[in-house]
Amino acid sequence: MEGGVVLLDFWASMFGMRVRIALAEKEIKYEYREQDLRNKSDLLLQMNPVHKKIPVLIHNGKPICESLVQVQYIDEVWHDKAPLLPADPYKRATARFWADFVDKKMYDSGSKIWKTKGEEQEAAKKEFIENLKLLEGELGDNLYFGGEGFGYVDVALVPFYCWFYAYEQCGGFSIEAECPKLIAWVKRCMQKESVAKSLADPEKVYEFVLHLKKAYGIE
Amino acid sequence: MAASEVKVLGSWSSPYVIRTRIALHIKSLTYEFIEEKLSEGKSQLLLKSNPVYKKIPVLIHGDKPVNESLIIVQYIDETWPSGPSILPPDPYERAVARFWAAYLDEKWFPAVISIGMSDGEEAKKAAMAQVEEGVALMEEAFGKCSKGKVFFGGDEIGFLDIAFGSCLGWLRATEEMNGIKVMDQGKTPALVNWAECFCCHSAVKDVMPDTDRLTEFGRVLFPKLRAAAAAKTH
Repeated sequence: MEGGVVLLDFWASMFGMRVRIALAEKEIKYEYREQDLRNKSDLLLQMNPVHKKIPVLIHNGKPICESLVQVQYIDEVWHDKAPLLPADPYKRATARFWADFVDKKMYDSGSKIWKTKGEEQEAAKKEFIENLKLLEGELGDNLYFGGEGFGYVDVALVPFYCWFYAYEQCGGFSIEAECPKLIAWVKRCMQKESVAKSLADPEKVYEFVLHLKKAYGIE
Repeated sequence: MAASEVKVLGSWSSPYVIRTRIALHIKSLTYEFIEEKLSEGKSQLLLKSNPVYKKIPVLIHGDKPVNESLIIVQYIDETWPSGPSILPPDPYERAVARFWAAYLDEKWFPAVISIGMSDGEEAKKAAMAQVEEGVALMEEAFGKCSKGKVFFGGDEIGFLDIAFGSCLGWLRATEEMNGIKVMDQGKTPALVNWAECFCCHSAVKDVMPDTDRLTEFGRVLFPKLRAAAAAKTH
């Protein structure tokens, strides 16, 4: 397909949500195509042959893969509106560092919470909360990460919020009790239309996790 | 630029440190290289400058630390824009370069290291297969990115050249230690040529470790790391 923007995505993917938020912030019109991950489309396999994963952003027929690469691409191409990365090189390096931290730490420790039980689950919960507390420390007293407007690290992290309810139910703990400042930041982000419209319904995510647990034979 | 304004905490053998130094050389920047003696434990400066991961490289500019090699390279490119560009100017080409750099760091280089870390033939074979698959992908990517020129970045070394080229030392040492050939004239002719040009480049040749030295180091290091990993799981 020539021209235009297409997003191959899956409704519950926090990585896909990052791209949806970025596109919404920049007010870019695009075609959203929901993917069946158990039966991957030819288009998905053609556009992301290396990883065969969503999200895939297709712009003028050319694919861009990896959510943080996609968010930076969107920020650079549509640079005249709602900048996501700051202008200062040191602030940019800091933003990239923390977005990368979210990538390295959040998905794995979160997944372990719903995939395991007993001691393993306790360890996963502990690690997850430790990571959130580090992020809370980085946020400090700022409204958003980086101390300027809503930006790159906010986009990288906020989608995980819609999975918190599932983690809490599976793990028997309260994230707000442990990280109240972070939840306050989430609520601030959720007041933005770009975020509210891009995140999945936490109840639906929990239903999905229960379905996955059954499918994987996890009690 | 006073040398004391820019410091690099690192070691001679780390590809991530090599990336940092190549980027500084491309921009003709002088800096103080502080070698972390990893066998002696982590220095206070390292622990203070990288409290989250406690790893090298760390770039310290003035008194501000920058961590994670690919982030450091982009920081260098953006802070000193008057030198030759490291990231490509076109946003799509930048996205492609970042994609492959992420692939190398998340999948390919860990597979190279896991050859040395493998306990048993099957695990080793699986890791080798992954490394070979990755090199084949990079050979194809080189064709698309270089557009007939010498480097991934075109006429000059760029982001992906640095990300991939910095791993050549350990790739070659791994080939030596295991009696295999991953990058060769038959399978990956373009990369063989690229690797030679990369290693001869003025910004690279002084920091690319000697393969024999790395091999010797690897022969001592990997058994130690395997033993430590085994001790953890028991």
